[in-house]
Amino acid sequence: MTPVATPFFFYMLSGLMVVGGLFVITRRNPVHSALALIVTLLAQAGLYLMLYAPFVAGVQIILYVGGIMVLFLFVIMLVNLERTEREKPFNKQWLVGLAAALALGAMFVGVYVKGRALLPEQTVSLPEAENTQQVGLMLYGNYMLAFEIASLLLLVAIIGAVVMAKKRI
Amino acid sequence: MVPITTLHYLVVAAALFVLGVIGVLTRRNVVIVLMSIELILNAVNLNLVAFSRMWGLHGQVFAIFVIADAAAEAAVGLGILIAFFRNKETVNIDEVDLLKW
Repeated sequence: MTPVATPFFFYMLSGLMVVGGLFVITRRNPVHSALALIVTLLAQAGLYLMLYAPFVAGVQIILYVGGIMVLFLFVIMLVNLERTEREKPFNKQWLVGLAAALALGAMFVGVYVKGRALLPEQTVSLPEAENTQQVGLMLYGNYMLAFEIASLLLLVAIIGAVVMAKKRI
Repeated sequence: MVPITTLHYLVVAAALFVLGVIGVLTRRNVVIVLMSIELILNAVNLNLVAFSRMWGLHGQVFAIFVIADAAAEAAVGLGILIAFFRNKETVNIDEVDLLKW
């Protein structure tokens, strides 16, 4: 299926993403930051759909918005942040940090302006109906070792999180 | 109107990456620093999926691996945050200075 009104949806979703990202890094209350991050992630799932990646979009919504962000909100509720909200939200070296980040952005702009001719024009056709099947075949074919290592990584992360968050083992 | 090319997606991802770097470098609250790291990982994911439009499905598979890594990173990071909060009663990253000489 070809997407309809592509420029409108692209600019709407990317605007939502950038505004959400700005809210994430400027809000004083971490709960507001988390809600802005949820908006950003949902808009990004929309962009994935426009790029013919429905499986990644579903994983994004289920795992990021439904899993990781719930974890963030739980931790925000567990730690008592009332003192932090009255203090200043930015650290002492914020000016240097901002300058460094903007230099990085300028570098991105330079790379994209100089290298835009290197981007190939052609696109491959990615049929959406078989997307999940193809991704699954790749995960269990080409990338099987990486898949198993990822499952081991998740196991280690679960054990590590429990060990660190528990009062006494 | 200009048709949307891959470069458009790359520019959005770069903007998101820079926002995440600004958050990591300037915020004091560890929770928001972790959220900024999520922003950075999402910018990379958007790049990968945008490139998979040109070179086949490998980028999408790699994006799924990055999402799994992000889940592991968030779990461990928030575990460290809870352990730290239990010891020092604060979540400010510039008060983590025990190793500072």
